[in-house]
Amino acid sequence: MKKVITLQIDDKEVKAEEGITILEAAQHAGVEIPTLCWYEGLEPYGACRFCSVEIEKRGRAQVVASCCYPAEEGLKVKTRSPKIVKIRKIIIELAATSAGEDVSSKMRALASEYNADLSRFRSKAPLSPTKCILCGLCVRRCIEANWESAIGFIGRGIYRCIALFPEKAGLCSTCSYCRDVCPTGRTCSTFGPRPPFPRVDDVLAGRK
Amino acid sequence: MGTVKCIRSPKDLEKLREEIKSKRKPSKSSVSVCVSTGCVALDASKVKEAFIAELEKQGLKDQVEIKETGCLGFCEQGPRVTIYPEEICYFKVKPEDAPEIVSKSILEKKVVERLLYKDPATGKGVQKLEDIPFYKYQRRLLLENNAKIDPKNIEDYIALGGYSALAKVLFEMTPEQVVEEVKKSKLRGRGGGGFPTGLKWETTRNAPGEPKYVIVNCDEGDPGAFMDRSLMEGNPHSVLEGLIIGAYAIGANEGFVYVREEYPIAVENISTAIRQAEEYGLLGEDIIGSSLSLRVKVHKGAGAFVSGESSALMTAIEGKVGEPRPKYVHTAVKGLWDKPSLLNNVKTWASIPLIVLKGAEWFRSIGTQGNSGTMIFSLVGKVNNTGLVEVPMGITLRDLIFKIGGGIRDGKKFKAVQIGGPSGGFIPEQHLDIPVDYDELVKVGSMMGSGGMVVMDEDTCMVDVARYFVDFLLEESCGKCIPCREGLRVLSSILSDICAGKGKSEDIQTTEEIAETMREALLCALGRTAANPVLTSLKYFRDEWEQHIIEKRCPANVCKALIDFYINPEKCQACLLCLKECPAGAIQGDKDQVHWIDQEKCIKCGTCYEICNFQAVKKLSGEPIPPPPKGMKPIRKLKGEN
Repeated sequence: MKKVITLQIDDKEVKAEEGITILEAAQHAGVEIPTLCWYEGLEPYGACRFCSVEIEKRGRAQVVASCCYPAEEGLKVKTRSPKIVKIRKIIIELAATSAGEDVSSKMRALASEYNADLSRFRSKAPLSPTKCILCGLCVRRCIEANWESAIGFIGRGIYRCIALFPEKAGLCSTCSYCRDVCPTGRTCSTFGPRPPFPRVDDVLAGRK
Repeated sequence: MGTVKCIRSPKDLEKLREEIKSKRKPSKSSVSVCVSTGCVALDASKVKEAFIAELEKQGLKDQVEIKETGCLGFCEQGPRVTIYPEEICYFKVKPEDAPEIVSKSILEKKVVERLLYKDPATGKGVQKLEDIPFYKYQRRLLLENNAKIDPKNIEDYIALGGYSALAKVLFEMTPEQVVEEVKKSKLRGRGGGGFPTGLKWETTRNAPGEPKYVIVNCDEGDPGAFMDRSLMEGNPHSVLEGLIIGAYAIGANEGFVYVREEYPIAVENISTAIRQAEEYGLLGEDIIGSSLSLRVKVHKGAGAFVSGESSALMTAIEGKVGEPRPKYVHTAVKGLWDKPSLLNNVKTWASIPLIVLKGAEWFRSIGTQGNSGTMIFSLVGKVNNTGLVEVPMGITLRDLIFKIGGGIRDGKKFKAVQIGGPSGGFIPEQHLDIPVDYDELVKVGSMMGSGGMVVMDEDTCMVDVARYFVDFLLEESCGKCIPCREGLRVLSSILSDICAGKGKSEDIQTTEEIAETMREALLCALGRTAANPVLTSLKYFRDEWEQHIIEKRCPANVCKALIDFYINPEKCQACLLCLKECPAGAIQGDKDQVHWIDQEKCIKCGTCYEICNFQAVKKLSGEPIPPPPKGMKPIRKLKGEN
């Protein structure tokens, strides 16, 4: 039996099993926290920061990623404070910078919910839009499916992109799990049912 | 080498120490040459060879010892040579100075005046290190032995009391007592976070899970910072001794030293230190005959700034790409391979033997309450004396910059100081009297960081310098989190636009929104602090931003797109110098005719401004350029006799 703890999410008392994250506790309690790089069953990654929430612990307020932060006894969580709403608005605008305006309906819906202007920083990105927001879900899904990943990140900072590792191309079982998890629709738009291996690179990386 | 080779008990260690000391006569002359990176870059190796040759020539080879030692911090005055036992410090020594130093200082015991450091205030040469203003106000605990030790010779370290703290810990203290002592010392993490070290040790000790690891973080990547480097190059055994004590305290049998590949001397010296310590029984199995065993490996970093972040560093040691991971469960509990891991900065580890030997009380007596001990800063930028300074915590910024740093170069005015590396904030004149400690620096929007300190004068444009640091971080961000990767990209673009005179009125607000989001919502400390330069630049120098955006001028005359070069006809002596040197052929005029700049052709490289001997070239920003002098004749072709 796991220990049950009590925390407060948006003024609501929530009971949760010890060891789960704030996000999971919120989901169980029916409180919705939007996410981009989180997917049920996959290891949390904490990269999009979209699920940020405000917590209060021992009198100190702090913004944390709810997908990674463990639910703790007595924690006070605010999932939609003005600060959080502002942060999410900026994040979705920033995410669209290199992803371009042709983003998925999920991102579009989130943008309108948070009054975000998807083209706000568009002029600041010198690249052609790629749709990819580098959330890494495809990479993590691939590891889950194949024990190892045929695709992965290369490059650092703004040069980061996703590529197929040629020496690991044999791993790709064309399961297309990666396209199922993509929040931007980047992978599903061109990813055919049985693509020749080298094209995965083009498709996923988007940046040549 | 001593007869006692493998130390099996504290007695053995003391015996060895006595042996080493008895072999060394304190009256014996020795020449100590700094062979750390700074001095080596200034040809210290040739200086050393010149001394060897000269001593041989004069038949003094056996009477005089040559010692290769570590860095004393006053690198701009290198290469540094110290003559013992008189302790005469010579600076800017060239190989051809060796004969004079040997004949005068060693044989006749006289001082070579011209090679002494000249006190700018009195113009007199200073013989002793502690009388040089740069050193006078310092408190050198960690760096003190750098000049006395050959880092490649463990016996030098042992002779000065080395490894006695380790022996004391192993045979007179329980691990709990060690942790308690560190806690009592109030030492805080010198890597910049300022987390109480003792608390970290206790957490790691109490954390469930085996094995546990101890790790040295020497991934120093800040531009212009080299404190960890000098300590690692100059006194690697002090770091190693601290590490072994840490391993005993938390119960670890495996340790890692993470050093940047770009620090070859540091890598070499720590590797040598580990090998020698193993040979002497101070590392490996049954250390000093106790039951403690510790293996230490050197891990060379592949050159990513972000790997200095503790979780990224551990990911890198695991063999993966060095990227930060969520630390909501501390690395002290779940670190390297998800095991409890004690990671400390080089300076933190090096402080440990001192605390053990001299006691927590003594350590707390240095510095201020809540900020004990000393901090090493790398003081660079527009100050007269640049280099490494070790000062007690709580010294004021003004003392640091004006007393130790000797004030601003060329009599210019102080404008700001950036502390804590590229993601530290700028601190303006009005806050110069705050004490330098972890908490006060954060209050004014900066941070201790690892101790980089860049001083800026009135010729620095605060928008341009914010742009510079954003661009640095843009290159170094790992790119994992959206707000950091995209935020820096957008900030960089906005700042470049402002510096190029294309700033828009809404840019300041946009910048603030992004910077605030980054500060609040990011995963790692690099990302959360990345906006510090931008935020403090805006907070303290907002008028400069507005001048760039609204008036399209750069008050510091730095941003090329916003300035023009102009030759003052009153001052120009028609010397032809700028005219000949201008790479764009933009300067018109002749031998007897006042020169003027064809603005169409000018590429604003600043060559004319730099080379004019009469200060006739001016930078103008936001004002009209006066027309070229009237009555200018067409340019004559220069004749052969000119």
